[in-house]
Amino acid sequence: MQAHKARITNGLEFLGFEPSSNLELPLFLAEVAAGFPSPADDFIDRKLDLNELLVRHPQATFFVRAHGESMRGAGINSGDLLVVDRAAQPGPGDVVIASVNGELTVKRLGRSGTKFVLSPEHPDFDPIEITEETDFELWGRVTYVIHKV
Amino acid sequence: MNRPHPTRCYALADCNNFYVSCERVFDPSLKGVPVVVLSNNDGCVIARSPEAKAVGVQMGEPAFKREGFFRRHSVRVFSSNYALYGDMSQRVMSILGESAPRSEIYSIDEAFLDLAGLPDSTETHCQTLRQKVFRWTGIPISIGVGPTKTLAKIANRIAKKYAKFDGVFDLTNHPRMNDILAWLPVADVWGIGRRSVNKLGRHGVKTALDFARLPDDWLKKKMTVTGLMTAMELRGIPCFELELAPPSSKSLLCSRSFGRPVSSRTEMLESVAAYVSRAAEKLRGQGSVASWVKVFILTNPHKMELQYANARAMTLSVGTDHTPTLIKAAHSLLNDIYKPGYNYKKAGVMLAGIEPKATRQLSLLNLPPNTDDRDTTLMTCLDRINDRFGRSTLQYAATGLGRPWSMRQLRKSPRYTTAWHELPRVG
Repeated sequence: MQAHKARITNGLEFLGFEPSSNLELPLFLAEVAAGFPSPADDFIDRKLDLNELLVRHPQATFFVRAHGESMRGAGINSGDLLVVDRAAQPGPGDVVIASVNGELTVKRLGRSGTKFVLSPEHPDFDPIEITEETDFELWGRVTYVIHKV
Repeated sequence: MNRPHPTRCYALADCNNFYVSCERVFDPSLKGVPVVVLSNNDGCVIARSPEAKAVGVQMGEPAFKREGFFRRHSVRVFSSNYALYGDMSQRVMSILGESAPRSEIYSIDEAFLDLAGLPDSTETHCQTLRQKVFRWTGIPISIGVGPTKTLAKIANRIAKKYAKFDGVFDLTNHPRMNDILAWLPVADVWGIGRRSVNKLGRHGVKTALDFARLPDDWLKKKMTVTGLMTAMELRGIPCFELELAPPSSKSLLCSRSFGRPVSSRTEMLESVAAYVSRAAEKLRGQGSVASWVKVFILTNPHKMELQYANARAMTLSVGTDHTPTLIKAAHSLLNDIYKPGYNYKKAGVMLAGIEPKATRQLSLLNLPPNTDDRDTTLMTCLDRINDRFGRSTLQYAATGLGRPWSMRQLRKSPRYTTAWHELPRVG
């Protein structure tokens, strides 16, 4: 898996995604003495590929880096890598990337009456209500968070 | 418009203001404002947002002449960011390719699709496709449809020009076909060059309709067979097929204008080595070897100063994809033609005699320089490292380190294709 550095906007940093290079992890590793086949050999038929798990639509998947604490309650810490799938239809309750008045932001999508609300998950931040004056566009749905422990 | 598919049904899908659209995907503050993208070396305007067109920025304008204008009209100006455009293009092309049984990538932002025999109506299919490309990638596209590629091109132009068609226009069996062809200047017909336009003008041929109505034998005589085929395509008879698998290139050219005039031999040697490295990478990327190397250098003909241009080529005893062998050849050629005391504007390297590595001709006299497994392993390793960590992570020292001669790209948006460790930090 390889990511390419891109732009940083409002705490988000975009990375290109290149599906051609796979990071393959073997299902399990067993040292085998030459000449004696492992009894497990017949059961190893494939390797796990993280792209397969994390990237459902390669053409529509972008990596984004979160900065700031506004989504800590959703398990997104500053510096985490977000997998964003533009092909996945975002709905209320989803964590989304949205463009608000010319900036990209990560928030949880909600509704208040007929209006969209973008809610942070941190007590120090206020929700953003989307009004008719807001220049607003849903950019994509966050499908995974990659966090270094 | 629920017409059934005719036997031939070509679509041309074209990204709207592609380079500007790419920039806008990642920087929404660029929406609704004038944006332009400049060519290599920040030379001239090569892409404009509709707002930039509206304030009067022309295609191909030299950027340095318009600095004041750009500032007064708050035009956002970008150097070209081909790493980004290439990646976004691959995404769009891949979606387009999946939407039709056959497709031809025509350029970085255009593809022909063969829609014959698809179950839904053409209009529905194209609208769905257009929305899908936009939602998945953020890139807006327009689609023109017709019974021939030439007519699909024209339909695309109409789809783009008139908002009421919602980005899709189908010319198939169109009741006003003749009006449309009479509206289109012959210069805008696909494949008709400027010189032909002048010649046609002298014969009173101004529009696509005039051209389509020319007698076949006149066309064949004055415009060659390609001209005749273009006329037939305008009449709705398909002559140009989709080009499905582009043949691997017969020659590779790597050449660029310098960011500033170069007069030292060392810098010329460095730049030529850098171009050879790039061309050799491409060569290995397509699994080929080259047996002919050409180097050319020239001064700036637009400047009032001493002019010099020269080129020299040599044939190698055996085809190779080995960077050091090619650099050595290019350097000896450069040393033959380089003359001190001139301000050089441009240098370039061309590789030809290209054939697949697996079937290359072996010389009877010499062992090929890189049948040596160690060399091949080294080249593979070099390419893998550069693939993984970003172009030019590993490079030949002959290509220079400071590269003061390299392209000027002062206003490039953040690079999308670099390595993890090159990510800038933000608070």
